[in-house]
This record gives sequence, structure tokens and C-alpha cells, in this order.
Amino acid sequence: MAVPQPVLAEQASPMRAAAPPVLALDGITKSFPGVQALKGVSFEVAPGEVHALLGENGAGKSTLIKIMSGVHQADSGTLAMHGRPLRLASPHAARQAGIATIYQELLLFPELSVAENLFMGHAPRRRFGGLDWRALRVRARALLDSLDIHDLDIDGAVGTLSVGNRQRVEILRALSQDASVLIMDEPTAALTEHDVVRLFGIVRKLRARGVSIVYISHRLEEIFQLADRVTVLRDGEHVATKTVSQTDTADLIQMMVGRRIDSLFPKITVPIGKPMLELRGLARPPVSRPVSLSVHAGEIVGLAGLVGSGRSELAQAIFGVTPATAGTMLIDGVAARVGSVAEARRLGIAYVPEDRGTQGLVRPMTVRENASLAVLSDLARFGFIDRAAEARLARETVARFGVRTAGIEQIVGKLSGGNQQKIVLGKWLAANPRVLILDEPTRGIDVGAKAEIHRLMGELAGRGMAVLMISSELPEVLGMSDRVLVMREGGIVAAFSRAEATQERVAGAMMGGGGTPG
Amino acid sequence: MSATLTAAAPRRLRFAVSQEWLLAIAILLLFVGVGLYNPRFVASRNLQSILLGNAYVAVAAIGMSMVIISGNIDISVGSLIGVLASVSGGLAVAGVPSVLAWLIPVAIGSAVMAAQGALVAYLGLPSIVVTLGMLSILKGGLISVTNGVWISNLPDNYHLAQWSLFGVVPMPVAFMVVLTIAAAWWMRNTALGRSIYAVGGNAEAARLCGIGRERTLMMVFAVHGAFVGIAAVLFATQLSVIQSTVPSNLELTIITASVVGGVSILGGTGTVVGATLAAVLIAAIGSSLIFVNLSPFWLRAVQGILILVTVLADIYRRRRRGLAR
Repeated sequence: MAVPQPVLAEQASPMRAAAPPVLALDGITKSFPGVQALKGVSFEVAPGEVHALLGENGAGKSTLIKIMSGVHQADSGTLAMHGRPLRLASPHAARQAGIATIYQELLLFPELSVAENLFMGHAPRRRFGGLDWRALRVRARALLDSLDIHDLDIDGAVGTLSVGNRQRVEILRALSQDASVLIMDEPTAALTEHDVVRLFGIVRKLRARGVSIVYISHRLEEIFQLADRVTVLRDGEHVATKTVSQTDTADLIQMMVGRRIDSLFPKITVPIGKPMLELRGLARPPVSRPVSLSVHAGEIVGLAGLVGSGRSELAQAIFGVTPATAGTMLIDGVAARVGSVAEARRLGIAYVPEDRGTQGLVRPMTVRENASLAVLSDLARFGFIDRAAEARLARETVARFGVRTAGIEQIVGKLSGGNQQKIVLGKWLAANPRVLILDEPTRGIDVGAKAEIHRLMGELAGRGMAVLMISSELPEVLGMSDRVLVMREGGIVAAFSRAEATQERVAGAMMGGGGTPG
Repeated sequence: MSATLTAAAPRRLRFAVSQEWLLAIAILLLFVGVGLYNPRFVASRNLQSILLGNAYVAVAAIGMSMVIISGNIDISVGSLIGVLASVSGGLAVAGVPSVLAWLIPVAIGSAVMAAQGALVAYLGLPSIVVTLGMLSILKGGLISVTNGVWISNLPDNYHLAQWSLFGVVPMPVAFMVVLTIAAAWWMRNTALGRSIYAVGGNAEAARLCGIGRERTLMMVFAVHGAFVGIAAVLFATQLSVIQSTVPSNLELTIITASVVGGVSILGGTGTVVGATLAAVLIAAIGSSLIFVNLSPFWLRAVQGILILVTVLADIYRRRRRGLAR
């Protein structure tokens, strides 16, 4: 029987750090080719507590929960459950041990009913192996009742449910397997306010029942509402574990970002010119909120925000990928309508997308063919490509950006990440843009290539280009930007001058934990 | 990084033998090998019958290659060739000048394919489903409309093969060679040709470069349709009687030619030259079976082996180029 019993119902109060931990990780290290994701992290989950896990992108949260849920295996360090050593060779083993994980992308079968999803893989059987549908439905209903959920149809297809309801199904599924530790990875990221309230209700009920919850969220206010303790990771290291009542927002942000900014950013001061890109209430209702901003010639404006805060969506609206339907945009002071990428290109806007592999390059093509892809129509006369001009352009790109390649006929898929990124950048600069939008320009490339790209950005701004840089790396944002804008939930929530922008302020605005618009 | 490149450079040289050269060598080896066993195989009469009888497959494979490079596929091609051959023959028998009996099917072929292209490009339907539907419509429609009556008594000046280019190259073969070279040049040197590779290689990246996926796909299908029309005319004009049925498995032979010719079934890479060479190779293998006293039914099996070997080689090459997922 799968319905969990309220074993510890009387222990509704939080904080039992003194009790022996349900799950204990000690000295966990894990490295991937090129990165050390975790450097000796220890982490404990007490029975019936909500333990928040906090850290910037790349701090090691994902790796840590993947080790707890058996997806990755630690290079060294130990796991123990209820004091007994634990080895998790697979996600299945973690489930068997009572550790359930609810990822951001919910892993449900949309065509199947709620009841079928709940018991997928451990459905009650009849004697000859057939499914016992009656028992299945009875148990599904009992499971829903146990959490006072009365508004879900157990026979309805999961695909027809809202995100919030699907998440509830996934939580119930974890309970159907008697999970004693429930890991939730940014559960509120895609939820409406109403669903968030309902989710909190469920989490509190589970805690009251003795289930331990590892809760990952970027929203600091949620941590103060919900969590008993909080552990902060930074750059793969354990920074601190604190009782929530003994900490505050500023403290947490300080712990998350408190690293020194090295002098990696060769920021050049250049004269700032007239506004090159201006947005006035640009939006695509109901998907996005109105955004107003301006980027001047010679200026680098950093656009900070969490993943999912609407930065890439804004960039794609400016660039005509998903054209805005409300508000106005001015390019060099002239009102412009951008209905397609081709129009944006003609107006002198360039967009270097976030994901090189899927959005930036045609990998089976050569360096030459990729370098000319954005200016193909300019290189062609009556539809025929001027091959000599194309080769010249490709050689110029390679020389100008210092691309390390065997030649312009090299297939780009073979190049390193940094060199690929230089080609993407070069492809767009060939179009001689006035406005350059860079989406995570240095993600996943090595330090040397990173510095070169930063140097190049300064050079481009110096020549009067208006640069809008989206970045999730705070040091990069602070190091390169003349101004910093912060987006949250689809809108701009704060603006800082270069002098005002500190890690604490920007991070605070990103996470909604204060930070003063300036 | 530089270390990887130095390590990769000699490897690149070693595997620089392209699919086109491999096919040319294979054709040569086949003719030499089977010719030594049975000299009648390389008699000019047999060579001519191989080329004449299969030029239409090669021409259709040119268009098919473009479609596959763009990341799509067309399985209605065999049925469309059957229908257009009947249209062409029907027009000729009805007294329409031969020139029109040749050109009208090309226009119809292009229109039918453009319509399918529109469904794929603008409604986002998978091409395999759209062309499967069209395959059934054309196949069933042809038999229903013609009641299975064969077309005969074709006028004398309808048959293209009676003319030769420079007095030596029969017209259908000349078409095959000229169209292959023209298409290869077009794919390499025009913005549209390049767009086909870009859309097939990475549709999202192409879109972000301002290359319209929809327009490109429409054009690919329309151009492919024109090649299919020409193929149908080459096919019809070599017959004295045009049957109102679709040549069986023709689409498979054409797709095989494209794939064996080095066009990646995943889109984005390949050339039309390879497709034509592969069409010739397959035809030559089919013919050679007779000369070495094997059942012609082995041809299907040989085609199957060729496909598997080529796809395996393609995956191997993609891994080497760092393109594997």
C-alpha cells in the first residue's frame, strides 16, 4: 500500500537539526571534463524539514541534486541515509531508497490519465499480470484525499492539466512510492500565483507528515516563507548552512555572490553618443510585459536576470524573431517596425543567440559558408553568390577574430566552442550592425577566448556600436557594462549606473529581494 | 585546441576521399570486373541501354537530393512520374505538338510539388506524411482516370532518344549530364542553393540569419517538381507503350540513389553529382547481374546493402566531423 501514513503529524514545528539526518552527504566532489562542479560539499537533510538550496547559476546546485537523485555518481565523498551508507547507482536506486526528485521539466505521460501516471511502473497487478484498474483508481483517489486534493479528475489526461496541476500529480507520484526525501528543482518557476499558494500548502502538509524537502529556488521571498534551513553554494563549494530565522536577504545574497571580481574585464571608456536603440513599452501581450529602455551609441548595456526572466524573449522581439505587437521601437531616432529577422537586419540590428549549437551555426557547413550566412543576399547578384568576395569575407573574419582553424573550408562543427562563438560573432558583424545584441556571449568557452570576446566588445562599442549584452554571469555584467538593467518576470525592475552596480544590488534585484532602482 | 587541430589534420587528409570519387571508382571497378568476366557487359550496346534506360532515375534523384538536403523527403516521386508520363503520352496521342507534350508535364510536376511544399513549409506538416498522401492520391487517381488503358500509337517525333547531342550522346543521357552539372553548379553558387543547405543543416540558425525557411522549402519542392517532370518525360519518351500504372518501387530506387550518392538523410549535406553517379552505379549493378548469371531479383538486396553501408559511413563521417549528437 502506497499511501504514506502521517507518522510525525504532531511535529508540525520546524527545525530539528539536532535529530539524526534523513540524508547526509559528506565531502562530495564531482568534476566534468573541464569543470570541477563540486569541491567537497557536505549537506544534510533533517527529518521533516524544508531545506532550501541556494546559489547562482553554475554554483553546483544541479549537480548536487543529481547526485542525490542517482543521476550522477560522486567522484569522492559519501552518502548516508538514516545513518546507513548509501550507494545510488541509478535514478531507480534513489527512488527505491525513498528519494524522489521533481524536475523543472515534469516527467509525465501527457496521453495517460492522472491515475495511470501516479502508479506508472508500480501499478497494482492482477494475478496473471494484468493491471488491476479498480485498485489503481481506489488508491489514486486515496492518495489525492490524503493531501486534501479534491479538484483533480483521476481519469483525466495529464496533458490537459495546467502546469500547476501537473506538478501536483508529480508530487503525488513521488508520494505513491513512499518518498521520505522530496527534491524540488525550482518548482515555482512556471507557476501562477494561485498555484504557488497551493504548492506551499502541499509542501507544509508534507513537512507535517515527516517528509523532508530539498527546495531549490531563486526567489528569496519563498525561502523565507517556506524553508527551515538554507544552504548556500558558490562555485561548487559549500558556503554556509543557516537557520532561516537567523538570516536575511542581504546576508544570503552576500554569501551567494561574495567573490572578488578579477581584472579580467578590459573595460575601455568611450564617448557615449546619441540613443541608437530605444524601446517604449515594447511588448508582446499576453506573453511579455511592456519594456522601455535605451542603448546609446558606444554604450554597453548589461541585461541581468535569472534564466526565464524574459531577457532572451525581449532580444528576440527586438530582432523580429517573435515580433512585438505593442509599443514602439526607435532605431537611431527613427520609429521602426520589425516584423521579421530580415527587416531587423536591414535596420542594422544583429543578434548573437544564446545557444551556438542550435541557433548560431550550421554545423555541417564550412567556416566560409557560416561566415557569410547573414549577408548572403548582399554577397549575391541576381541570386548568384560572388564566391571571391565570400572567400575574402571569410578570411577577414578568421583574421580579425583570431579564429583558430585549419582554413576557411574547415567544417565548423570541428572547431572549439570559443572559436565557434567567434564565427557566430563574425557572421553578424559582417552585416555591419548599428545595434548588437549579445545573448550570453561567453557561455561555455574557455578563459582565453572569453577575454578576446570581451576585448572585441569594447572595440565595437568604441566604434559607435550600441551593445546590449545579456549575461547570467554577474562578474561579466558588472565588468563590461556602462549601465546595468535587471529583468524579472518579463519586465525591467531595476537600473544601475556602472558606479552604482554592485553584485549585491544586482543580485538582489534579480531575485526580488530588494535592490533600489537607480 | 591547437593540439586537436594538428591531430585532426592528417586524419582529414586520409579521409578526404569524397563520396563522389568513391562512386566513380566503384563504377569503374564494376565495369572492369564484370567486363573481364563477360565482355558483352561492356559492349557499347549494353552501356547505352544502361544509361538510356536509367537517365530518368538520375534526373529525378537530382531533385530528390535537394529535397533531402533541405531536411525533407518525397515518396510521391514514383507515382508522380507515372502520372506525368501518362499525361505526356496522352497529350502526344491527342495530337498536341511534341514540344508541349514535353513541357506541360514539367509545369504540372512543379505545380504539384509546390503544393506539397506549401503544406510542408507553411502548415508545418511532415513531408513524409504529405507525400505519402500524395502517393496514394496519384496512384489511385491514375488507374481510376485511365481505367487502366495503355497509351500506344505515340507519334514518331515524340521519342527524344532519336536525337543525339553532337551526333554521339543520346538526348536523355545529355539531359542527365547537363542537368547534373547545372544543378551542382546552382547548389554551390546561388543564394537559394546555399539556403537549402542552411535550412537542412540548422533551420533555427538559418531563420536567425534572415533566411526564410518557408520560402526556401517552397522553392525546393517546386524545383524538385520540375526535375520530376523532366524525368517523367525522359521515362515516357523511351517507351512505345505507356502503361497507366506507376513503376513499382521507383521512389525507393530514386531515394536510394540520393542516399548512396552521399546525401545525408538527416539533411544539410550531400551533392547532386553523387546522386547521379549512384543512379548509374545502381543501374549498372542491375544490368551486371544478368551478365554474371545471377537472378535480377538480387538487385533489391544489393540496393539495400548499399543504403546500409552508406548510412553507416555517413554516421561515421559525422562523428569525425564532430557533428554527432
